[in-house]
Amino acid sequence: MKKANLNFYISSKTLSLNTLYDKIWSLHRVTELPEGSTQLFVGLHLIHEVTSPQAFAALDEKGLKVLCPERTIATVDHIVPTITQSRPFSDPLAEEMLQTLEENCKKHSIKFFKIGSGNQGIVHVIAPETGLTQPGMTIACGDSHTSTHGAFGSIAFGIGTSQVRDVLASQTLAMKKLKVRRLWFDGKLNQGVFAKDLILHVIQKLGVKDGVGYAYEFAGPAIDHFSMEERMTICNMAIEAGARCGYVNPDQITFDYLKNKAFAPKGNAWDEAIKWWKSIASDKNAIFDDEVRFNASEIAPTVTWGITPGQAIAIDSLIPSPESLEKSDQQIALEAYKYMDLKPGSSLEGLNINVCFIGSCTNGRISDLQKAAEIAKDRHVAKGVKAFVVPGSEQVAKEAEKQGLHKIFLKAGFEWRKPGCSMCLAMNPDKLENNQISASSSNRNFKGRQGSANGRTLLMSPAMVAAAAVTGAVIDVRKLINKKI
Amino acid sequence: MKQDTLFPQGSIHSVTGKCMYLSGNDIDTDRIIPARFLKCVNFDTLGNHVFIDDRSEKKGMHPFDQNHNKTANILIVDKNFGCGSSREHAPQALMRWGIRAIIGKSFAEIFYGNCLTLGIPCVIIKEEDASSLINFLNKNHDSIFKLELEKKMITSKEHIWEISIDNSSQRMFLSGGWDATKSLINQIEKIQTTKSNLPYINSFQKLQEKPS
Ligand code: SF4
Repeated sequence: MKKANLNFYISSKTLSLNTLYDKIWSLHRVTELPEGSTQLFVGLHLIHEVTSPQAFAALDEKGLKVLCPERTIATVDHIVPTITQSRPFSDPLAEEMLQTLEENCKKHSIKFFKIGSGNQGIVHVIAPETGLTQPGMTIACGDSHTSTHGAFGSIAFGIGTSQVRDVLASQTLAMKKLKVRRLWFDGKLNQGVFAKDLILHVIQKLGVKDGVGYAYEFAGPAIDHFSMEERMTICNMAIEAGARCGYVNPDQITFDYLKNKAFAPKGNAWDEAIKWWKSIASDKNAIFDDEVRFNASEIAPTVTWGITPGQAIAIDSLIPSPESLEKSDQQIALEAYKYMDLKPGSSLEGLNINVCFIGSCTNGRISDLQKAAEIAKDRHVAKGVKAFVVPGSEQVAKEAEKQGLHKIFLKAGFEWRKPGCSMCLAMNPDKLENNQISASSSNRNFKGRQGSANGRTLLMSPAMVAAAAVTGAVIDVRKLINKKI
Repeated sequence: MKQDTLFPQGSIHSVTGKCMYLSGNDIDTDRIIPARFLKCVNFDTLGNHVFIDDRSEKKGMHPFDQNHNKTANILIVDKNFGCGSSREHAPQALMRWGIRAIIGKSFAEIFYGNCLTLGIPCVIIKEEDASSLINFLNKNHDSIFKLELEKKMITSKEHIWEISIDNSSQRMFLSGGWDATKSLINQIEKIQTTKSNLPYINSFQKLQEKPS
């Protein structure tokens, strides 16, 4: 389906009004800067080992201090190995990066969730699960998937290294205000279809650049029914749709999730917080810059076939021919057929898989592992397939082990790893080799993303990855649910 | 590498010091700092590796290795300096070696912008002025020059050469506005006011009291 078939309500002249985005923006506005940008206060700043070292170095060079060290939290995720995490790491550069982060945190009195602390994990998994991420905040991190935190009704966006420096020094950023597009989802997802399918469907329909200049508000009956983890999955990939941030208005599901989390408000403060959180949601009569409507019940399990997250198809349809695509998408499609060694008009179902990866900040949370375990239970990883599960955090790992999920996976022939980013981007020992094909629950299928210059990635839901693992090929997970294959 | 004084800070009206000339058009950022040096946790050691491959090829005869240039802080270049990859590592490497201003016939756009954010003025000199300046420099290696951004000129004790700089960059150097961090920090009072008005700050503040 091309864009023209979508139901667009575009009111290009109207600026959004009374949306959650507008309210949080006004509240955090420090001043207007001369060059026309707004100085915005950052409520929560998250850092990790990859994009922070130069920022700290820049701070030192300028002889500056961290203005609000209590508002920055650090963890280590990208470079950690997932088989053994004993120190020193065998990769000296990884070890150096971790040591640098440790030193910087110590020097500047920044809280660091280190390995073994019980709170370490992928930055976008740990902040929500510890209750650091809360509605109404502005949240920044030197990582594009910071959009994840928008699931709580916050404005959360990725920043570059020089901006990390600016946040450390001033707790603020020079920003331009985005437009707000509401993505409205009627209906309900069918059995065997997950949040990951919904967001892959959206990116396929709208494209990977359409969100540029926008914040995406996800709303409608389907989203209202989503758990917080499902909301995180869709906001996580808002960036893949080009939107620097995505969010869901906070509601009872949000509050129930946050209740009793380590850093969530307690006692009287909790009641106060709920009152305020309710007030920052988009008003009923809020005005959006534009709106796109979807019907969740029409979405099928969705899988990428190409080299951008937008090159995806419903599992029961065929890889598109170049002519069926918009002109601007044809060039990259040709590149994708070649790189992926896939033919237009063919089906993904039945395509043999070499590696199955369940994890990442998109789908490395407890409910993701549960859904994958349901498929893995009483089945076994197909011969010749390497399958591994990487919990998103130490908390996720602990909970999964409490529930016995690790045993299900191990019995089925999956490896059970330690928390980290792992093969999502392969800045650690977990890598594809040569032109292996992976079924991955992560978020990017760019060329070479998973550690091999010609490695191939198919993005899909964790349940679909598990289904691929036990059958050895891409398969519609609905064929396995409630059945014995 | 020279253990240099301070990196650029605040308003920059002039740069005083010795000049050095690096000839050649289209010198790209890969030459300024080869890709293998990008794998680093900070920019600290980049100064040692500036033009490293060109230098090892020239075995001590490269301008960045010649004795009389060791304390130079104003670099004179030819056309389209800094083209290629957008890496900030390139101006970082030059700055860390000791360069504080660059005079050239033209600059690549991204390189120019990166220099601006580091407080390194890149100014333009006309072909004939460049020849005269380089001629003078070749005979007077130890001369001290003064590059003045407001008056748009570079002077030695005996001579004046005209340079040009676009108005907005000039304003940013003179006001110190090239330093985004600085303009943000300057609003400290407003930052504190905004912070104190945020409902979630107080409950969140307990964070630091908790044991990790
Ligand atoms: S899991 Fe992947 S996308 Fe998420 S933070 Fe790590 S590397 Fe980035």
